[in-house]
Amino acid sequence: METNTEHTNTTSISKKEPVIRIKNLCKRFGDQVVLDNFNMELYEGENLVLMGKSGSGKSVMIKCMVGLMEPDSGEIEVLGKNILELHHQEMDMLRAEIGFLFQGSALYDSMTVQENLEFPLRHHKKKFSGINTDALVQEALENVHLEKTKEFMPAELSGGMQRRIALARALILKPKIILYDEPTTGLDPITAKEIILLMMEIQKKFKTSSLIITHDVDCARVISNRMILLLEQTNYAEGTFQELSSSSDPKVQAFFK
Amino acid sequence: MNTKSTFLKNISGFFIEIGALGRFAGRFFKELFSRPFEFREFLKQSYEMGNKSLLLVGVTGFILGLVFTLQSRPTLMEFGAVSWMPSMISISIVREIGPVIIALICAGRIGSSIGAELGSMRVTEQIDAMEVSGTNPFKFLVVTRILAATLMLPLLILIGDLIALVGSAMVENVKGGVSFMLYFNEVFEALKYSDLLPATIKSFFFGFAIGLVGCFKGYNSSKGTEGVGKASNSAVVFTSLLLFIIDFIAVFVSDIIYG
Repeated sequence: METNTEHTNTTSISKKEPVIRIKNLCKRFGDQVVLDNFNMELYEGENLVLMGKSGSGKSVMIKCMVGLMEPDSGEIEVLGKNILELHHQEMDMLRAEIGFLFQGSALYDSMTVQENLEFPLRHHKKKFSGINTDALVQEALENVHLEKTKEFMPAELSGGMQRRIALARALILKPKIILYDEPTTGLDPITAKEIILLMMEIQKKFKTSSLIITHDVDCARVISNRMILLLEQTNYAEGTFQELSSSSDPKVQAFFK
Repeated sequence: MNTKSTFLKNISGFFIEIGALGRFAGRFFKELFSRPFEFREFLKQSYEMGNKSLLLVGVTGFILGLVFTLQSRPTLMEFGAVSWMPSMISISIVREIGPVIIALICAGRIGSSIGAELGSMRVTEQIDAMEVSGTNPFKFLVVTRILAATLMLPLLILIGDLIALVGSAMVENVKGGVSFMLYFNEVFEALKYSDLLPATIKSFFFGFAIGLVGCFKGYNSSKGTEGVGKASNSAVVFTSLLLFIIDFIAVFVSDIIYG
């Protein structure tokens, strides 16, 4: 394990090309520094877990990555493109390659499940020209094992089902990268485990690269190839779950107790 | 000193808000004329605002006509001017009372609903989810709602005015034995183009204000569920104030034009 240093080649995955590269990212809100020289690389086919305390800037970082927030300084490269230099349309095109699972699912509650899944397709028709929308929706629902929920409204579904539908929506554009913002938060342990298994199944099936933001240690243990601890506004420690959980640093240990 | 600084802070906050609302309106006009236009969402919102407000507007209009006539009757009788009732009621309802009362009712019904809906979408990250999926949420949510409110309100006001006149005619029929035919003949004789046109133009502005403030408050809401409540509440309060300001300007301008 290394603390606050350059990246460690802990797995064979990290020998591949990075699909996301973040360099010296800084973000502050007024006087409050949220991210200070944060560095990170996500490699192709990798499951990278980013752990940190509540309010440590994990969600801010992930939102900067998809252009929902603008960093004060630093570089964010996604699939070889510096997103801070992209025009609006180029950013939209890039977003088709990134699936985003929001913390609270963020399903559109005035739309049915089918409409929720069709929504991202409306603006990325070129990517799926000639393919039937219904077939794509059906396939996405099969991926999350909820084939019979097309006509349901989000409010009629349980928390776990909503999270699955949100995952199906994130997958429908067949992205190369999936960003998970606290995928198991607010779910009971059994449902959380189901979601974790589903995430692994999807990663195996679609060979996606995943960045998982969580403070769920069980989730991190099961799913991670590599982990980064976000502490003191920066990437404090980096390594595999084994390496970090056996660290002698009390600040790192605090996460695993 | 403390009271003074709080007062100055509130005043500056008000003007900052007005500035932000102006920029929001500017963005609306910019996005309105850019493609693609979300026609399906616009129709859905028009239905939600128009059709679903119809009952409320109808009942309000009917009671308005009924009460206004009942209250005016004794005074007009005292002066032997009860025959002026249809013209007096129609002019006051069409020119002023109808548009203002129905706009205020719609500010409560439509403005608060837009504020709460968009506010809740903001705090539950649904607006972020739209943006991530490549959709322009401003165009999809804000432009369609403001446009629907702008176009639906004149229709609702027109229907409300008509129902108010029916209510008034009913009172005159029961209390004074005036037939519906005679009552409406008097109404149409009294109403002029100069009564209808300013009121109709004014009602487009009322609709625009209701949609704009509701969307502005909801779209920019924060601080979780508390923010949603605040967005909904302040949308109604701010819109109501704005409606009176618009009304004052409209009356002032039409007075200059029509004398």
